[in-house]
Amino acid sequence: MKQKKFSLATVHIVLIVLSLIFVSPLLWMVTTAIKPIEETMTATPTLLPSKFLWDNFPKAVTYGSKELGYIPFLLYARNTLMVTLLCVAGSVCSNAVVAYAFARLRWPGRDFFFAVTLATMMVPFPVLMVPTFGLFKWLGWVGSFRPLWVPAFFGSAFSIFLLRQFFRTIPMELSEAAKIDGCSEVRIFTDVLLPLAKPALAVVALFTFMGTWNDFMGPMIYLSDQETFTLSLGLQAYQSQHGGTQWNLLMAAATVVILPVIIVFFFAQKMFIQGIATSGLKG
Amino acid sequence: MKSEARIAYLFAMPWILGFLTFLLYPVMASFFYSFTDFSVLRPPRFIGLENYKEMVQDEVFWMTIRNTFTYVVAAVPLSATVAIILAMLLNTKVKGLAFYRTLFYVPSLVPMVALGILWLWIFNGEHGLLNMSLEKLGMSKPPNWLGDPAWSKVTLVLIAMWGSGNAMVIYLAGLQDIPQSLYEAADLDGARLVAKTRHVTLPMLSPVILFNVIMGMIGALQVFAVPYVMFPNGAPARSTYFFTTYLFDNAFRFQRMGYASAMGWVLFLITLTLTFVALRLSERQVHYDRS
Repeated sequence: MKQKKFSLATVHIVLIVLSLIFVSPLLWMVTTAIKPIEETMTATPTLLPSKFLWDNFPKAVTYGSKELGYIPFLLYARNTLMVTLLCVAGSVCSNAVVAYAFARLRWPGRDFFFAVTLATMMVPFPVLMVPTFGLFKWLGWVGSFRPLWVPAFFGSAFSIFLLRQFFRTIPMELSEAAKIDGCSEVRIFTDVLLPLAKPALAVVALFTFMGTWNDFMGPMIYLSDQETFTLSLGLQAYQSQHGGTQWNLLMAAATVVILPVIIVFFFAQKMFIQGIATSGLKG
Repeated sequence: MKSEARIAYLFAMPWILGFLTFLLYPVMASFFYSFTDFSVLRPPRFIGLENYKEMVQDEVFWMTIRNTFTYVVAAVPLSATVAIILAMLLNTKVKGLAFYRTLFYVPSLVPMVALGILWLWIFNGEHGLLNMSLEKLGMSKPPNWLGDPAWSKVTLVLIAMWGSGNAMVIYLAGLQDIPQSLYEAADLDGARLVAKTRHVTLPMLSPVILFNVIMGMIGALQVFAVPYVMFPNGAPARSTYFFTTYLFDNAFRFQRMGYASAMGWVLFLITLTLTFVALRLSERQVHYDRS
């Protein structure tokens, strides 16, 4: 028993050291963000700033003059949010409907098509990149947000898989009872299954939100006009022009880009953890 | 029955269309493009196997293959190891599990571009947190993480390890699924921690490890955003010029979309081969519970 207590204490110490290592880059980012510029360039930097310059945040993310090239944060946040919300809406609607067909309905070719769907997760994005770009160019959509959100309305293999697994855990008897009561398939879906599937739909919404908010390659391929940049793209443009000079402002900008994601995570932590666990275990 | 099928096709319709438009068509088109000379300005012109022949002799291509493989071979096993160790530490019934789990998980939430910028600052040679700490610890000449080709890949691997929180959550859930009775049986046999890890934990966790290592490998083969942000043009000395970066440059900077498509197909084949090899090699090691 004594030995067990001793080893639990060791585990605690190891965990504390490791979590410090994991968190310190983020803490360093935040403290740098509120430092005066001189304090980012001294030979012996201090952990905390001598005075807290909260001003750095608005400075880093408001419309400066074009030469300064500060990030027009509100504009980019609006762009990012618009694309993200459209993707979340599209992904939740389309994947719910499709997963329902795979999980609860019988139709010729279903199991084969489902296997093909799973296999498509192996296809690397770079293979699809060139023809997809060609397709959107042909449609005249390059430069607009449409290439970034329209595909979300046509389902994605991963979310279909996740939702299908969930739909299958709901007893078939529920659907049959509803059918006897005279419900159509559509009514069974909207009135019986969907309300039960809320937690799984939330996970899909969450993953889509994260994926779109963080996406870098998509916006880089399709957006060229500065006015249409997303946060990731804007941050990268800022870094490539002014990187390595004003570290405090750059860290402030990085902080405000990370912040929304962290906030969403804290509100939906439980859902997150469960969603990730199921997605990685049932493969 | 017939009406059920008709309704089912209606329900499945978004994905049927999406599959045809955003998967089947691009896959087939890029296969065709890989045999053509093609830029946005000119329509594709059939040139047979020229793109593939050129690839064999393209030194840059082979360099990106070497860089990418080095990265995959280091980053995938190391971040899996970190993730498994973290998960095992958290599975000891230690108090504050949710708190620690959050701390380890949060780094993997950071968007790629912000992540790259953040690490540029940490690894900064003069004023970076890391080298400052190393100097305090008595290292007189800490590595030049960003400027030395011998260290740039190490830098990227360390960053990948920092992001292992996502896999940790999966492994932790897998560990919690292992029946307690197995450990009790091992205790009766007098097994110590190492023996229990080797004969109970790892075999029981092996399907989860296999799945996650394969997914990690597929992702690492496509490494792009972080090196793109941190090391412009694959600097220093092209040590961080990766397969997908070169493919992207071919497609959108050099306007060589045929060549880029051929590279895409090579990546696809590499992915399939490595997955197949991983599945075959692990056949004996992976323990599937058939209950």
